[in-house]
Amino acid sequence: MSIGVENNIKEFVKGTWNDTVDVRNFVLKNIAPYDGNADFLTRPTDKTNLLFDICKKAVKEEIENKGVRSIDPSIISRIASHQAGYISKEHEVIVGLQTDELLKRAIKPYGGVKIVEKACQEHGITLDPKVKDVFDNYVKSHNEGVFDAYTTEIRKFRSLGFLTGLPDNYARGRIIGDYRRLALYGTEMLIQAKLDDLEGLVGPMNDSRIRLREEVNEQIKALKEIKVLGDAYGLDLSRPATNAQEAVQWVYMAYLAAVKEQDGAAMSLGNVSSFIDIYINRDMEAGVLTEGEAQELIDQFVMKLRMVRHLRMGAYNDIFAGDPTWVTEAIGGLSLAGGHKVTKTSFRFLQTLYNLGPSPEPNMTVLWSAELPKGFKEFCAQVSVDTSSIQYENDDLMRQTRNADDYGIACCVSFQEIGKHIQFFGARCNLAKTLLLAINGGKCENTGTQVIEGVQALKSDVLNYKEVMDNFRFTMKEMARVYVDSMNIIHYMHDKYYYERAQMAFVDTDPKVNVAYGIAGLSIVADSLSAIKHAKVTAIRDENGLAVDFKIEGEFPYYGNDDDRVDQMAVDITSHFNKQLAAYETYKNAEPTMSILTITSNVVYGKKTGATPDGRAKGVAFAPGANPMHGRDTHGAIASLNSVAKLDYNDALDGISNTMSMVPETLGANQAARVLNLTTILDGYFGRGAHHLNVNVLNRELLMDAMEHPENYPQLTIRVSGYAVNFVRLSRDQQLEVLSRSFFEKI
Amino acid sequence: MLNATPDTILPEDKLNIHSIESFGTYDGPGIRFVVFLQGCPFQCLYCANPDTMRFEDGKSYSMQRIVEEAEHMKSYFANGGGITISGGEPCCQAKQLITLFKNLQSKGIHTCLDTNGNVMNHYVEEMLEYTDLVLLDVKHIDSAIHKKITGKPNEKTLAFAHYLEEHQKPFWLRYVLVPELSDDPKHLHQLGQYFQSFKQVQKLEIQPYHKLGVHKWELLGKEYPLKDTPENTSQQLEAAKEIFEQYLDEVVIN
Ligand code: SF4
Repeated sequence: MSIGVENNIKEFVKGTWNDTVDVRNFVLKNIAPYDGNADFLTRPTDKTNLLFDICKKAVKEEIENKGVRSIDPSIISRIASHQAGYISKEHEVIVGLQTDELLKRAIKPYGGVKIVEKACQEHGITLDPKVKDVFDNYVKSHNEGVFDAYTTEIRKFRSLGFLTGLPDNYARGRIIGDYRRLALYGTEMLIQAKLDDLEGLVGPMNDSRIRLREEVNEQIKALKEIKVLGDAYGLDLSRPATNAQEAVQWVYMAYLAAVKEQDGAAMSLGNVSSFIDIYINRDMEAGVLTEGEAQELIDQFVMKLRMVRHLRMGAYNDIFAGDPTWVTEAIGGLSLAGGHKVTKTSFRFLQTLYNLGPSPEPNMTVLWSAELPKGFKEFCAQVSVDTSSIQYENDDLMRQTRNADDYGIACCVSFQEIGKHIQFFGARCNLAKTLLLAINGGKCENTGTQVIEGVQALKSDVLNYKEVMDNFRFTMKEMARVYVDSMNIIHYMHDKYYYERAQMAFVDTDPKVNVAYGIAGLSIVADSLSAIKHAKVTAIRDENGLAVDFKIEGEFPYYGNDDDRVDQMAVDITSHFNKQLAAYETYKNAEPTMSILTITSNVVYGKKTGATPDGRAKGVAFAPGANPMHGRDTHGAIASLNSVAKLDYNDALDGISNTMSMVPETLGANQAARVLNLTTILDGYFGRGAHHLNVNVLNRELLMDAMEHPENYPQLTIRVSGYAVNFVRLSRDQQLEVLSRSFFEKI
Repeated sequence: MLNATPDTILPEDKLNIHSIESFGTYDGPGIRFVVFLQGCPFQCLYCANPDTMRFEDGKSYSMQRIVEEAEHMKSYFANGGGITISGGEPCCQAKQLITLFKNLQSKGIHTCLDTNGNVMNHYVEEMLEYTDLVLLDVKHIDSAIHKKITGKPNEKTLAFAHYLEEHQKPFWLRYVLVPELSDDPKHLHQLGQYFQSFKQVQKLEIQPYHKLGVHKWELLGKEYPLKDTPENTSQQLEAAKEIFEQYLDEVVIN
């Protein structure tokens, strides 16, 4: 393959990217790392302001209309299904909407037509009978496929809340296409590369080979449709982008194709900023683009990303609150060779949080390294203090552990090498309930249903650590087995009925696959085990022998205070359960990984979980992700961070999420001190091998006021486990839970 | 009360602590691991931590554990951070602190002592050998008013300052600016003049008076003596800062 980039400006530095699809090589050959500070940044242009005013009005209407502005109930969303849509055509430098109208949501019934029907109904709209007829009588959905294969056992685990949030009635998401490829190569060359791959995919024709040939042909069809999508907007996507505006536009079109086809829970963008920077830099050097125009491109791109919507049922909000899309963009980091990848466009992306105001989307994720330039670190910290809209991940840790530097963050916190790797999302299992199974002879603590057979009854109501641990190891083993079974079914069916052809068209033909399991309730389990071991815990049982409450006598250490006596329990349980999960065969030989991440579902997990031996009452929300339980981390912020930092990334390669909330005065006496202290915390925390940190710098009073007067805070953003949400879009329960979380305040 | 100090009754390897704050941003340079010790010979009218006053309360805490926790914090100490022992009055447990500070210093951890300067004995002297920085709280320059605020005159505190100066121990002055009680410009000038020639004074921190501790007095069933005192306005703080700046190189509002 040879690249004939038509440029009348400077030629890019050549490399292997000219002969084969290799965006990483292009970036490393052409990147212009930036070591300076944020002084060069500009405010939004009039055009951007005008467009964003229209968007803000539309979002307001959306919130007033129960969270959905309008729905197209007839056209099944595909790459090129809808007419072109605009916000205000003459002001848009980056075009493209998911449907023909701003914030109009499209139907994607391949996940399950019943869900789409219900979502329409909840907003007073009737799903087009033709669509219903097709899916009722002719076409099978992912959801139907999964339930045809689910066993009685899996159904039981699912309905009783041991396994929750499984992507069996919504799209799995998580797969990141290398959307930069469209800009660098255009569809024509990408199709040719896929055709070449196909030539090599010959017999013997076993299951996986047959499936792969079919998948690659689906990808080629998707690329052809992407060309048609471009035509609708007057763009020739068959060829590479030739300037900065086209580069941004092309990347966005590739992403748009993905979010038109799929409504995956999380559909990340990847790491596009420094790629785009190469084009911007070249145009600016040639004198054909100003800083104001460059910022305008990024502002308008980001604005478009903020307007991405999926049609969801109301119940979906219980697990993923605030109507998230997880357009996660990873910014910064180092290359394997050691140089940093911060560019001026890294700054420009963060600058959108000022130019367009704070926002949960796109989910800005800074890949933090001790070696990042000072000016960038300080700007990140400043943006965090001002907007609470950034999360941080340890680039030194991921780059070294995974031996890769061109990666994005799938969903909230998970490493994914762009274009080389994909992920099968697996929601999570409830580890606190798994512990209760160990105490209740394998019965569900709420219903008394026998969930796991063969669990020994405990000899005494005074819990014995060794006895409980023996049972717990057994229930974890069983939980892992059922969990893996369900994942295999889900991803088999998702590939079969709802294959991500638009994303996969931008991924290598035979990528590495991770299956991403997850756990919830780690801090509850650690504290419970600590109580059983260090204090005296007596189970109080009802007439059916179920432990409905626990009496605790004596003191015990809590996870979150840098105390090894309990922190080590959290470490050991994580490692043990991860090994259990890895013991089983997986669909497509996916490599097992595990996360400690709950997103906002820690509230719903808590609701479904009875009283626990740590003194937590029935129904009380869990701590999010790997966080210590609210109010128990009494030694302050760093001790809390240090407890979480002990969890080994190798035991939870899908990510270890931690959220830190702090009032501004605690962080420092003035803005300069806050910025310095925050960068010091990040260096310190990641220096201890920690993986991820959400940072909120907010007042509790402000949040309380926002609960009472949501109309005054349409853009108030807070970081929760792995992503950010619009505070006013959370349910009251979730808002209260955020308020109850450990806010680090000065005494 | 001083003969009830715990350093004679506590085991060698334990401190009697009130609480721990691993993210201190107000008690010394950088990020501080702050250990609040229990017990104070003063009875300040505005004490924000009245629950640290009684020597009989508190919990015994292993110094080994303090060292471990502080060591885990080394990666956060990059900008001059370290450990700060505050209180209560830490000098009342100086005997234990000698071992602790020695140990911490040998591990490269910056040691800081936040004291009201009222206790001086051979233990305190030895402890100061292993102290990198002292935060000396001077409650008032006028001994009579000092007594009104704290229950004790200020001579010992001023002697403490002289001891630090003579032994070339760097220190920061800390001054709580309480409206109507300690903000008379006349006294601020006096304080400035008094310390003007001290070479070891690196800076003076004005601590704004706040009422965040009032609920703790209520919890203890005590009446808060300064109920009617307002918090500082920013003009008052700036005015005090200007006065101190006439005498001292670095003055900050904390
Ligand atoms: S010296 Fe400090 S701890 Fe002691 S009473 Fe006064 S303010 Fe409270």
